[in-house]
Amino acid sequence: MANASPNRWDRYYTPATVAEAIELLQQYDGQARVVGGGTDLLVETRRGLHRPAQAMVDVTNIGGLDTITSDDGHIVMGCGVTHSQIVTNALIIERGSCLAESCSVIGGPQVRNVGTLAGNVAHALPAGDGTIGLLALGGEIEVAGEGGSHWMPLQESFKGPGKSFIDRHRQILTRLRFTPTAEREGSAHHRVMRPQGLCLPIISMGVRVKLDDDDTISAVRISMGPVGPVPYLAETAMDVLVGGPATPEQFRQAAEVALNSVSLRASKYRASHEYREQMVRTFLPMILNRAVERAQGTGL
Amino acid sequence: MSMLHLILNGRPVDIDVPESRYLSEVLRNDLGLTGTKIGCNEAECGICTVLVNGTPIESCVFPAFKAQGATVETIESLSQDGELHPLQQAFLDHGAVQCGICTPGVIMTAKALLDEKGASLTDDEISVALKDTYCRCTGYQSVIRAIRQAAGQNVAPLLPNIQPAGDSIGRPHPNPQSRAKIMGRARYTDDYRFPGMLYARTKRAGVPHARIRSINTAAARNLPGVRAVLTHEDVPGHNRHGLVIDDWPVLCDDKVRYAGDAVAIVAADSDEVAAAALERIRVEYDELPVVSDAIAATKPDAPLVHEGRDNGNLLRHIKVDKGDIEAGFAAADAIVDQTYRTPATEHLFLEPECSIAVPGGYNPEDFGGTLDRNAARGETATHDKTTIYVGSQIPYQDRGQTAAALGVEPDAVRVVATLTGGGFGGKEDITGQIHTALLAEKTQRPVKMLYSRQESLLVHPKRHATVIRIRTGAKSDGTLTAVEATLYGDAGAYASLSEKVLTRATTHAAGPYDVPNVKVDCFAIYTNNAPSGAFRGFGVTQSCFAVESNMDMLAEKLGLDAAEIRRVNALDIGRATSTGQVLRESAGLNECIDMVDVGMRGKDFHWTWEEGNSRFAWGLAVAYKNTGLGGGAPDRAGAEVEVWRDGNDSIRAEVRTSSAEMGQGLPAVLAACVAEELGIPMDNVDVLLGDTDYCPDGGPTTASRQTFVSGNAARLAARKAAKKLANASSAQSVRARYDYDAPQTRALGTGGDMHFAFSFCAQAALVEIDMDTGEVHVRKVIAAHDVGRTINPLTLQGQIEGGIVMCIGYTLTEHYIQEQGKPWTDVMARYKMPSITHTPAITSHIVEHPTSGGPYGAKGVGELPSIPTSAAICNAIYRATGVRVRSLPVDQDELLRAIRTGADEIELAWGDLEPIPTIALGCER
Ligand SMILES: Cc1cc2nc3c(=O)[nH]c(=O)nc-3n(C[C@H](O)[C@H](O)[C@H](O)COP(=O)(O)OP(=O)(O)OC[C@H]3O[C@@H](n4cnc5c(N)ncnc54)[C@H](O)[C@@H]3O)c2cc1C
Ligand code: FES
Ligand code: FES
Repeated sequence: MANASPNRWDRYYTPATVAEAIELLQQYDGQARVVGGGTDLLVETRRGLHRPAQAMVDVTNIGGLDTITSDDGHIVMGCGVTHSQIVTNALIIERGSCLAESCSVIGGPQVRNVGTLAGNVAHALPAGDGTIGLLALGGEIEVAGEGGSHWMPLQESFKGPGKSFIDRHRQILTRLRFTPTAEREGSAHHRVMRPQGLCLPIISMGVRVKLDDDDTISAVRISMGPVGPVPYLAETAMDVLVGGPATPEQFRQAAEVALNSVSLRASKYRASHEYREQMVRTFLPMILNRAVERAQGTGL
Repeated sequence: MSMLHLILNGRPVDIDVPESRYLSEVLRNDLGLTGTKIGCNEAECGICTVLVNGTPIESCVFPAFKAQGATVETIESLSQDGELHPLQQAFLDHGAVQCGICTPGVIMTAKALLDEKGASLTDDEISVALKDTYCRCTGYQSVIRAIRQAAGQNVAPLLPNIQPAGDSIGRPHPNPQSRAKIMGRARYTDDYRFPGMLYARTKRAGVPHARIRSINTAAARNLPGVRAVLTHEDVPGHNRHGLVIDDWPVLCDDKVRYAGDAVAIVAADSDEVAAAALERIRVEYDELPVVSDAIAATKPDAPLVHEGRDNGNLLRHIKVDKGDIEAGFAAADAIVDQTYRTPATEHLFLEPECSIAVPGGYNPEDFGGTLDRNAARGETATHDKTTIYVGSQIPYQDRGQTAAALGVEPDAVRVVATLTGGGFGGKEDITGQIHTALLAEKTQRPVKMLYSRQESLLVHPKRHATVIRIRTGAKSDGTLTAVEATLYGDAGAYASLSEKVLTRATTHAAGPYDVPNVKVDCFAIYTNNAPSGAFRGFGVTQSCFAVESNMDMLAEKLGLDAAEIRRVNALDIGRATSTGQVLRESAGLNECIDMVDVGMRGKDFHWTWEEGNSRFAWGLAVAYKNTGLGGGAPDRAGAEVEVWRDGNDSIRAEVRTSSAEMGQGLPAVLAACVAEELGIPMDNVDVLLGDTDYCPDGGPTTASRQTFVSGNAARLAARKAAKKLANASSAQSVRARYDYDAPQTRALGTGGDMHFAFSFCAQAALVEIDMDTGEVHVRKVIAAHDVGRTINPLTLQGQIEGGIVMCIGYTLTEHYIQEQGKPWTDVMARYKMPSITHTPAITSHIVEHPTSGGPYGAKGVGELPSIPTSAAICNAIYRATGVRVRSLPVDQDELLRAIRTGADEIELAWGDLEPIPTIALGCER
């Protein structure tokens, strides 16, 4: 019986190696779907929002890809790594604070226990929290497919809301990595939600800051969502800050420039345009400040 | 099919199942471990939580084969050799189990936390761990206390400080059913599986208003595995049902009036086949203009929801008229005139509706099952008549309505009330009862119909959305001189209990005050929205928000203290309600106000203060609520008590009534009454609820009435039985039945006593507002409730905590949004009830002003705690920010805008797109 159950799959595979997983995907020739924790995909599948797949290829059981490691100047997370693993990892808490913070606000513990960072990235929502955190850190991802695998900057994978350049029927996001914050570096994340229905953020923002010895900002990254179809890197605001002092005035300025460079929209039942703007004005300076304090070794 | 290997509850299990299964399905359906419950299938509610390799996960979205080779723990594993796990014991001790549907998930989530943190765990850690594991009943405070006790911390159950009135009355006692619930053994309707059972689904209209041109079921009927497809043509009896007016089609014939209307029903060998069959039913509609707003529906050119009525869409105009309203306002020194809006809300009981009908003549042996000749009910019993298993609030009315649709006498149908996983008023109307009965009789097999969460959201009646204008006048000392109000209530597509609910909104629209001049006009209006019906608070929730907001505005205008203005006017013995009922006893409102006032005003009291970016403020509100149906309706409940001596010569009893338990604690109340009368321990009393063939009619479980009426019936039946027992030989068991009639009441507008008792309360809420975001948090609630007499302090505490948190949801998070008659709130992810992160510290005081007719003086309390919290919160918000909230639920976006622009009010709630319409008061017409 092909597809006996609507909104389901016939076969559920848990391959143990990347090669095995790729082979399955090839074999199904676009009729199989990569699944991580399933906390996005299966909830949507149950609601009939996806075309039925003949097979699910679960990539969370692949040997070596379910751990967080330090490697060659990077912190590397396999595609099986869950949000819970990230938020309890001492290295990430200290040297990728904004990623730990951003993953910690996702869902409740049950969702964090199975949902993966890879799934968050591959889902490609404009404001996936883990994605926003990783984007601020300058994360990269490794994508494996028929022709082998390659690393790419995280932001190059986003095509549109929920659309990724990763072909989720044929390719696997195998690993994610970032360079840990070093001496004189810090990062922070903040998100604003509403308590009513619709678990989508009003605004989710991450920053990574590097200071010179005299406390001028030598490098900075600011990520935001949802401010457009894909997670956004606020480059104009970053330009304002680089080379300047780490002062509240500069942070306020950066928030204004960031606001000028995007078109924040009102979304029904989620937030008004003004409210979103106000949240950027309030919280972008706040997390810049927190990241700076962390860089100075004074913050938590 | 493939082999799945698990280490399940300590034992290896190998089972051959399709790879498309979710873990919850394997556990519940393939392995029969029904302790794990399903509330949403969306990864939202958390009640399906089990542990995989020691980690909590939601089994409803966890593919079974993802757990290949893993260790899986479910609730069934917790107690070993009859010994309860410390968590289970603690949940019993603290009354952290009410309806119990969430309990397995909550306990398993807590177990993982306990295993990880041990004795050191903190409230914060509990809150983080349980953030997405919801409970609709308890309000979470008892859950938190129970988990801390289980961790070995020294936490005593929090109980009201009262003097027990007897050996059983006034003593804490867990509900008799709680033990099965914490062990995962309690069976709700979906946990039953009859041999030969079919699975049913309903074809919903999908369009809010249309004439049906044709219904074609041929393709569905031809699908292999489909056993029956029925439409209106197949309803042998009356094709309408309804609790007050029979206007609701069993299966739509001429037209559909809301998106959730039922057009056809299917029974099939499996749920999948039934679902596939629905896709093949073709219905042709001529769509009609939609009316989705109660006020617009009163316009002369509005589309008619029900044709051929004299009053168009006006279902009912309800009036209260007392004194001389013009003179009253002329005598006032200050007048406040304000319009408010309240949203439609959803009960979100965590157990979606489920019915199973078993056909008359059913023998499980015919379908390969085993027969137990002694079984009175359940899968092993024979069934001599059409029998419906349902977690219902009104078993006898289910029976009557089903019989009418089948075209048979009521006693040709039997209703067996199964455990109910929460009701709150949302399980009073017919859902699948009639449909399964029709299908069972057609196919001659048992038929189960389980609603999905999404279907439940679409179909059952909601809390009435209202627009309320209220004008309140007072003298300079605060004495109220007049209240005039107009209410519009959106009744939705069918009458349900609209008339009754909005009558309550109307009669309580002057608040629990002695007001000499009152005029209230309330309009119940049909629209193409989901029907509105009963919901804890029964209309008073809505009007209280308006009444008590006005009271604070009046106090401010007159420079009076918020508690003082309420004291000046509070109903008391010798004072009269808005319907002219002079109270003769049991009116403890003043004492409630005093207790809350004292509790709130510690030393260094301030109404409002700042800390960092937050403003804090206190807000106060009071409420009252009738006990019982009132308004002249006969209010009767029967109970039967059987008493015997067991082998050890101790006396045992069973009490039987067809009143419903939804988790509110009725069985413990009935057991206490019987135990008290017989002078035996409560553990010697069994309670059998809701089998219409075995139990006398307890009437509807609504209007906070059961403690009073069924409590009295049980008490008086026990008293009768005790007399008989005294004269009986020791081997005999004796039986006595008592049909209790509550004191006569009078219809609205005829003067005299409209109700036989009222309960009163005062609540103060401490609110924190984040001035950067407009977010509102309730930090503390101090409450005092006059309940007449405490029967069971443990379940009473649970009702109060749960009610308060439910009203916090009403105030801050909940809105069932419909757009042009189509629900936007179509999944649970779009409806947020309070989670553990919303629960405040609660201090609850009990005031006991006994009512002479009540059992030991008790009156109802089920609804009251959930009534005044919204006004208390909004009064606090005003004090903190200067912004008056006129529409619920409070929108942080709007609140922040008002704070920043210096506006003094907000009239757009979350989910509102239009400002509040202007409505006229009666005297202006
Ligand atoms: C109740 C609830 C609350 C939530 N709250 C939040 C929140 O606050 N913030 C937030 O950002 N998200 C939230 N989510 C969404 C979700 O949990 C996260 O986005 C999670 O990180 C998704 O990971 P996953 O492993 O479950 O992805 P899946 O559901 O398995 O997959 C998501 C998508 O990515 C693809 N995919 C997954 N893994 C790979 C891979 N390795 N290679 C290629 N493609 C892949 C899938 O095909 C699918 O298209 C919530 C979900 C629920 C149910
Ligand atoms: S989360 Fe699984 S049933 Fe609700
Ligand atoms: S006891 Fe928790 S939902 Fe009823």
